[in-house]
Amino acid sequence: MSDLLAGLVEGIRLLLSGNAEVWSIAWLSLRVSLGATMVALVLGVPVGAVLAHRRTAHGDLPPGTARTLALGAVHAGMGLPPVVAGLIVSMLLWRNGPLGALHLLYTPLAMAIAQAAIATPIVAGLTAAALNGLDPGYRLQLRSMGAGPLRETWLLLREARVGMLAAVVAGFGAVISEVGAAMMVGGNIKGQTRVLTTATVLEVNRGQFEMAVALSVVLLALVYGVTLVLTIAQGRR
Amino acid sequence: MPSTAQEATPRAAGEVILATTTSTADTGLIDALAPLFLEKTGLTLKPVAVGSGAALELGERGEADVLLVHSPAAEEEFMAGGFGGDRRTVMFNDFLIVGPEADPAKVGEAATAASAMAAIAAAEAPFVSRGDDSGTHALEKKLWKAAAIEPVGAWYTESGSGMADTLRIASEKQAYTVTDRGTWLSMGDVVELPMLHEGDAMLRNVYHVITINPANGKEIDTAGAEAFRDFILDPATQAFIGDFGVEEFGQALFTPCADGRCAALATPVAGS
Repeated sequence: MSDLLAGLVEGIRLLLSGNAEVWSIAWLSLRVSLGATMVALVLGVPVGAVLAHRRTAHGDLPPGTARTLALGAVHAGMGLPPVVAGLIVSMLLWRNGPLGALHLLYTPLAMAIAQAAIATPIVAGLTAAALNGLDPGYRLQLRSMGAGPLRETWLLLREARVGMLAAVVAGFGAVISEVGAAMMVGGNIKGQTRVLTTATVLEVNRGQFEMAVALSVVLLALVYGVTLVLTIAQGRR
Repeated sequence: MPSTAQEATPRAAGEVILATTTSTADTGLIDALAPLFLEKTGLTLKPVAVGSGAALELGERGEADVLLVHSPAAEEEFMAGGFGGDRRTVMFNDFLIVGPEADPAKVGEAATAASAMAAIAAAEAPFVSRGDDSGTHALEKKLWKAAAIEPVGAWYTESGSGMADTLRIASEKQAYTVTDRGTWLSMGDVVELPMLHEGDAMLRNVYHVITINPANGKEIDTAGAEAFRDFILDPATQAFIGDFGVEEFGQALFTPCADGRCAALATPVAGS
């Protein structure tokens, strides 16, 4: 218990004192995971929009078999274990692997790629859910007002912004907190690919529990800060 | 010097991938050496900390340029298979048998490491093995073999984890385990397992640096690997290793012994 308290105090002290190493680790965590979330949004939102059931005022159109299978795959992908994503990405990026010529393994970019693979199904699945949760009449109304398909999707996404915020937060939360892929693809290299979660694992392995708790506090503060900004931004629209 | 002409020109990237063991990472040694290597050579070290078994596997696949490992029998096999270029001793530390203060198996009274292991098995006292093909796991298996014991039963469990995790598990269960001294020291008070047996010649843990045969895969940075080898064998680096940990733990974690200067100390290597 005293370790936990000491860690909390140390964590707050690290946050406030501007410890250069902790800040650079936190900054890298933020950059990698925000980057991965951006990629997941770019890839996942269109996929989710396509997979959302087309609804009319007269009821649901029967979802096609292909669409059902694809949505099932997306839902399964929402539970993709980070370590599996890490394994696949690292084998692709091995220098004797298919994408070895890019020399990306053990770089922050490789970590962002693996994390994007984790977050994309989450964003896609929650986007589809958010769109499906809208009043079916709204789409019809938009159409009757003469909105084209792209404009229609954009307005639907805006209408579903509460659900979309959940998609962004869930995607970001999943990747900033994962350790399996970051460890495997990044290698936890000091000053290069060490992020908050992998640094925490290292400190636990070294028996430095106080420092491990401190890093966890920094991680939680970071997650809280980012989600708070997103929540405020959503509320303003 | 067996270093050969540099036919394979290194990529301009200036990054050397070192596959090494969890013990060098968990003790903080590798993190301390990386900036020195950069300063000295201008090359960036990319250390990947895995068990010795996995490190050798990465080397065999050409996914690393150089190895720093401690699993003599597996290393010999690796060299015999033609996967390695140059292999040199770097440093050693030693293994310990640690266990519960009460020492129900009377390991503290055993004359040799093998008889200590036999005593644990005879008492069926809980024992936690790494079970991960690491160098420490290989040494543990060698000790069981020397004691002519096949460890099976409810008393024998495998953690499948690194040394630090295994020590914590053993401490929680108040079980015996075999550990390298460096990781055990670095865990400090967290682990309530006093050292019960040390000093047997079989418990010496020798680390070798191995450069990778460029034929193992594309783009192996032989020049970078040789630069790391020369760096870690350099007298200044060796002195740094000899001092490492003194400040934090009150004793050195590794004893440097480059280029056969510890040949007399080193465990005779099994196999060819």
